[in-house]
Amino acid sequence: MAAKTSKTKTGPSKTRKAKPRPSDKDELLGLYRDMLLIRRFEERAGQLYGMGEIAGFCHLYIGQEAVVTGCKAVMEEGDQMITGYRAHGHSLACGMSPEEVMAELTGRAAGCSKGKGGSMHMFSTENRFYGGHGIVGAQVPIGAGLAFANKYHENGAVSLAFFGDGASNQGQVYEAFNMAKLWDLPVVFIIENNQYAMGTSVERASAETELHKRGISFEIEGHLVDGMNVLEVRDMAKMALDHARSGKGPIILEMKTYRYRGHSMSDPAKYRTRDEVTKTREESDPIEAVKARLLKEKWADEDQLKQIDKEIKDTVKAAADFAVETPEPEPSELWTDVLIEVEA
Amino acid sequence: MAIDIQMPALSPTMEEGTLAKWLVKEGDTVASGDVLAEIETDKATMEVEAVDEGTIGKLVVADGTEGVKVGAVIAQLLEEGESADDLPDASAKPAAKPSDDEKGDTDPGTAGPAHPENENADRDGSEGQAPVGKPVADDPAIPTNIKMVETTVRDALRDAMAEEMRRDETVFVMGEEVAEYQGAYKVTRELLQEFGAKRVVDTPITEYGFAGIGVGAAFGGLKPIVEFMTFNFAMQAIDHIINSAAKTLYMSGGQMRCPIVFRGPNGAASRVGAQHSQDYSAWYAHVPGLKVIAPYDSADAKGLLKAAIRDPNPVVFLEHELIYGESFDVPDMDDFLIPIGKAKIRREGSDVTITAHSRMVKFALEAAEILAGEGIDAEVIDLRTLRPLDTDTVIESVKKTNRIVCAEEGWGQHGVGAEIAAAVVAEAFDYLDAPPARVFQKDVPLPYAANLEAMSLPGTEDVVRAAKAVLYV
Repeated sequence: MAAKTSKTKTGPSKTRKAKPRPSDKDELLGLYRDMLLIRRFEERAGQLYGMGEIAGFCHLYIGQEAVVTGCKAVMEEGDQMITGYRAHGHSLACGMSPEEVMAELTGRAAGCSKGKGGSMHMFSTENRFYGGHGIVGAQVPIGAGLAFANKYHENGAVSLAFFGDGASNQGQVYEAFNMAKLWDLPVVFIIENNQYAMGTSVERASAETELHKRGISFEIEGHLVDGMNVLEVRDMAKMALDHARSGKGPIILEMKTYRYRGHSMSDPAKYRTRDEVTKTREESDPIEAVKARLLKEKWADEDQLKQIDKEIKDTVKAAADFAVETPEPEPSELWTDVLIEVEA
Repeated sequence: MAIDIQMPALSPTMEEGTLAKWLVKEGDTVASGDVLAEIETDKATMEVEAVDEGTIGKLVVADGTEGVKVGAVIAQLLEEGESADDLPDASAKPAAKPSDDEKGDTDPGTAGPAHPENENADRDGSEGQAPVGKPVADDPAIPTNIKMVETTVRDALRDAMAEEMRRDETVFVMGEEVAEYQGAYKVTRELLQEFGAKRVVDTPITEYGFAGIGVGAAFGGLKPIVEFMTFNFAMQAIDHIINSAAKTLYMSGGQMRCPIVFRGPNGAASRVGAQHSQDYSAWYAHVPGLKVIAPYDSADAKGLLKAAIRDPNPVVFLEHELIYGESFDVPDMDDFLIPIGKAKIRREGSDVTITAHSRMVKFALEAAEILAGEGIDAEVIDLRTLRPLDTDTVIESVKKTNRIVCAEEGWGQHGVGAEIAAAVVAEAFDYLDAPPARVFQKDVPLPYAANLEAMSLPGTEDVVRAAKAVLYV
């Protein structure tokens, strides 16, 4: 592919903000439900972990729900999603059932990966969710590779590659940025900046803390987005998807967000204060913000919202009960899916 | 005194080349740095520059001459005050060492000029028929009465890719210098011309990144052939080969298919030092979820690469730089496939079994020939595929010969030979008349010095010695 000629820097644009689109009752209620499902699901997963039903690593998405929910809201048929090890929220957002995700967490045959993947390795090709990758940053070139295939097939689809502030320091991310722009691949790089890579804050790990600027030397434009505001996420994701789909190549969205829980279930939480977490929860919670808006617009009253919460809790409880009761994989499953059998 | 301009060595493995075109004529005055000629090597077409000033007195070798040996005088340069009449007859002079005007190899994978006086030159691939073994039980993959065409391993690999790309639109090749440069080792020669830049994709030098993009493209429904300039550089990408390509089918409960071929030269090149001379056979053969292939001759290279490209699983395809230029017969068939996972008995024998793969097969066959001269009848098994490993063929052979030598180019510890020896001991212990012997590289990083390099790498003599040891002769 031909080398690009030098052109005006397209780096992080301050002016190019997505045009806010008004929301309506149905949309906002839908977003509320989607975020609340992730929240309640993760709370229940945390509980099951404490009970010993879920083992190994378990990274919860609580606090970050607006990011994946806002993005998914504007994805089109055929668009793909890929992320790292904090994958439960993305799985649910892509349309996977709470049962198959929870059963994967408990390591059961009914899990989306037959119980062979676990918390970090959720997949559903049917729902165009491509994982679920445990090596920090690996999903970024893979996501660019999905976009390579989209461009090759000329199918008009865009891939969304989610990764954290920690992954944004991985070398392979920049290898992928370079080729994605060189070949103008239809990919949106979404940095979920929850401000801590395990226990190391962005300030302690990154020479350039404004992560949306990380594409400047590749001429990839980047934008800072309030990742706690689902409508802003939605609008910026729509802008980014349009950009990538129109053939302009990759674009970076830095979603400023926050995770309330530890990095994983075994996080000592020594690196930040309880006050910091409490303050964020009280002042910037993405679900509470939508709830307040719904009430203010009179699109829902307290009773209706309580009813929604109850429905979701019931759904999640049913998923948890199922995940605990459903059987483990058959011993014969040990040997399947290593290779695809080829007829001689 | 006229200055001889000699055929330069332009790559570590070059022994001869084609003088494609003179860019000067007799009587021209040249200065240091002027381009004199274009030379076609086994890898690329390169320009030769003048080192000394002077007037071209005589062009000794004509345009288009093939097979000009490295070190042969190709032109003579007159210094000030000399005339062409003063020139002695150059053709009477024997080819000398390459002059200092040889250009550094531009090949990033194999930097540094070669020295034809290197002892390794004896082992290096020269264009010509290499040992294929005594005709034995024919390969069931090759029908009888089929016309055979002599083909280099390099061209066989190229043909395999071209045929599969014609057959399947989703097959594409990506890697460093695969397109416009025509392949660092010319293996992808002319693919760009036939298939275009969409399907023959030059990448930046960024192995980790493009291996990951290749894996993503495979997840997205394509069939990538990812070329590593050498497998030494694939160590930067091994995370994607193993963690992303090999494991994801399993981790996803069978959902995520990754039909991808990682290919390129593996093992020792010639005089390129420790970082460019490693055999990764055992590394990849260790990993479930991968298929690992290491062919020797052109027919296997072609038939197995075609099978690898069609395979729905990730395949690591280990080639060998030092046999790219060797020629072997390839059946002239439209669709010649060799099944993955089947070893080939290259020479039948009754006294001792010798297993080898890739370039070691050549030494095993040479050793068998030497042993035959001493009345020892060796059976040579070319493993061809390292995962899945065809231990059945090896065990059957040992039941007949009762002795085994496992030869490989890489290090011995936890090596391919160790695996085969363990399998033989476990499954045919009662048949063994001697402990299994192994032949492998000395347990040191590969040295640069010609003598030390030759000492490090296993060769024909090592195989002969090991065979005699298990026969107690």
